[in-house]
Amino acid sequence: MADYDHLLDVRDLHVEFRMRTGIAKAINGVSFYLDEKETLAILGESGSGKSVTAQAIMGILDSPPGFVTGGEVLFQGVDMLKMSRKQRAAMRGPKISMIFQDALSALNPVFPVGWQIAEMFRIHHKTNSSDAMKAAISLMEQVRIPAARQRFKAYPHQFSGGMRQRIMIAMAIALDPWILIADEPTTALDVTVQAQIMALLKELQDEHDMGLILITHDLGVVANVADRIAVMYAGRLVETAPVVDVYGQPRHPYTIGLLESVPRLDTKLGGVLPAIGGLPPNLLAMPSGCPFNPRCRFAVDQCRQGTPPPLESLDAKGTRFAACWRVADTAVVDWRVDEPVPDERVDDMGVDDEIGGWL
Amino acid sequence: MSGEVILEAIDLFKYYPIKTGVIQHTTGHVRAVDGVSFQLHAGETLGVVGESGCGKSTLGRLLVSLENPTAGSVLFDGVDVYQQTGAAMRRLRRDIQIVFQDPYTSLNPRKTVGDIVGEPFDIHPEAVPKGSRRARVQELLELVGLSPEHINRYPHQFSGGQRQRIGVARGIALNPKVLVCDEPVSALDVSVQAQVVNLLEHLQKELGLAYIFIAHDLAVVRHISDRVAVMYLGKIVEMGDETQIYDHPTHPYTQALLSAVPVPDPTLRGTRQQIMLAGDVPSPANPPSGCRFHTRCWKAPALGATDVKDGVPAVCVDEEPELIDRPDGVSFHCSACHFAG
Repeated sequence: MADYDHLLDVRDLHVEFRMRTGIAKAINGVSFYLDEKETLAILGESGSGKSVTAQAIMGILDSPPGFVTGGEVLFQGVDMLKMSRKQRAAMRGPKISMIFQDALSALNPVFPVGWQIAEMFRIHHKTNSSDAMKAAISLMEQVRIPAARQRFKAYPHQFSGGMRQRIMIAMAIALDPWILIADEPTTALDVTVQAQIMALLKELQDEHDMGLILITHDLGVVANVADRIAVMYAGRLVETAPVVDVYGQPRHPYTIGLLESVPRLDTKLGGVLPAIGGLPPNLLAMPSGCPFNPRCRFAVDQCRQGTPPPLESLDAKGTRFAACWRVADTAVVDWRVDEPVPDERVDDMGVDDEIGGWL
Repeated sequence: MSGEVILEAIDLFKYYPIKTGVIQHTTGHVRAVDGVSFQLHAGETLGVVGESGCGKSTLGRLLVSLENPTAGSVLFDGVDVYQQTGAAMRRLRRDIQIVFQDPYTSLNPRKTVGDIVGEPFDIHPEAVPKGSRRARVQELLELVGLSPEHINRYPHQFSGGQRQRIGVARGIALNPKVLVCDEPVSALDVSVQAQVVNLLEHLQKELGLAYIFIAHDLAVVRHISDRVAVMYLGKIVEMGDETQIYDHPTHPYTQALLSAVPVPDPTLRGTRQQIMLAGDVPSPANPPSGCRFHTRCWKAPALGATDVKDGVPAVCVDEEPELIDRPDGVSFHCSACHFAG
């Protein structure tokens, strides 16, 4: 048995962006883990730090302005943040790999796709060209690109969005990684293509025994594929739990608000959507206390001052965590909206005078 | 609840020429909108859904005369929009306005919010007297949930949701009767998306607007729409009340679309039957013959027809199904499938 607890263990990660306008603390002490063959969904809005977390794990953070200022990222018990640049590069591909939202800008437009997939073998395994080509074609077949042999020499612009995403997946799984990080893999795609790509990812995960970190803001996709969820808000983890628990009884007010605000497909209730009022905070001017407090309907004085609430265990099993002073009160909230919400007043956006040019 | 017909599209076509070679001769056409007809009633919301490339945005641009159609007409209050010129055209444009998808690129970064929202008044000076324009702009900002004091700020000082509110304020500045919303919430985060959807519904009640709501998010469209049109490769393949489309869809494409939407409930995992469509949407430059969906249809091959062509009933390949009332099990609604019902 291996001498580590989790395949990937992120402990108290801190990332900041040093900019002319100030220091933006993009990640403030995020801890989570991923076990073998598990799917963890990181859920959050833009600016919540979910993509930055992925970049920090991969070691592809733009630096400067981004700096990892604290914490550990343990892969099979070894801290990757302490590795040299060269050791780190050797991890990317065989150990951890990543796919991105925008396949068109992630692929190199001036090289044929097959050549780009084969590059993985040429660089990491020093394979000769013809063997690399054979391996690349078999990968293209594995991700179901029709007529793979003929399309080996095609360029990224000659493929549709869904096909380009498949090519990127082929590159990511080329070296049989332990962990695949998918950063919004289907956000730019239509629902029918999204369904194809998610099914493909699931299948490849089972075939290759990969751990999958799925970064998304789509609550529907998460419900369909994830084992556990980590919800991020303003650079912090606010709730983490098995997927069924989160959808059954969300405990952080932000998670509750997110689930409530999604319109339903199965029925038309009428009334208004229960929206979360206000805006995500400016990372350069965070509110004191809990970062969610200006938008939170449960907020009391304790939430508005002092340090943000820590992520605390909610059950004896140690699988559920939430960072909220008022978790005792959220346990009884029923987020499922079954009757029309009356139209009272259009929410004021709570216009923040500090917004000026953030990120 | 819906009033009289305010906007009517009759057999709209929009073909874009494909030019190749040094002399740029036309070798074909992209059939972006290929024969679309519908009616919009005063005060109602017609949702238009479909995958990217199905022509829904082009349709929106045709309705506000940002594009001229290859053929067909749009009647506003019985007047053919494309036949108007000069002052009459300008007058008409006041009544049909548009809100664009991307709040980051649809606002001029060098103009203040006041200039952006007030610009319609420069083009239509008769709408509001010059002296009271600033006050009217502030009123509009307040109406969309922004602070009137922010009239001198620039777009970059606002977040995505706030920028979309600025776009909505500009759209309603001239008191239009019809507002075409082209993917107004697609670029926004979930929590902010709900705010903007609520704002649009609130404005509809206040101002009696009719919406053409173009989107690819089927749940949002269900929430906001009274009627829904489903587009595929430039054509409407199914149209009906929101309940008819969502609860009793008859076109196999609509059924596949609906089944592909992931439902945010992990307890339903594995219990929902998902119809997986093979491949991508064919090129609109060379759409399939007969029923355009026959190359991806999941239903046709399973019908067990005797006269088969390319694996589907011959009628699907040879004959284009008309968009006419067909039974849906409960009542009738428009569907363009030979085997609907």
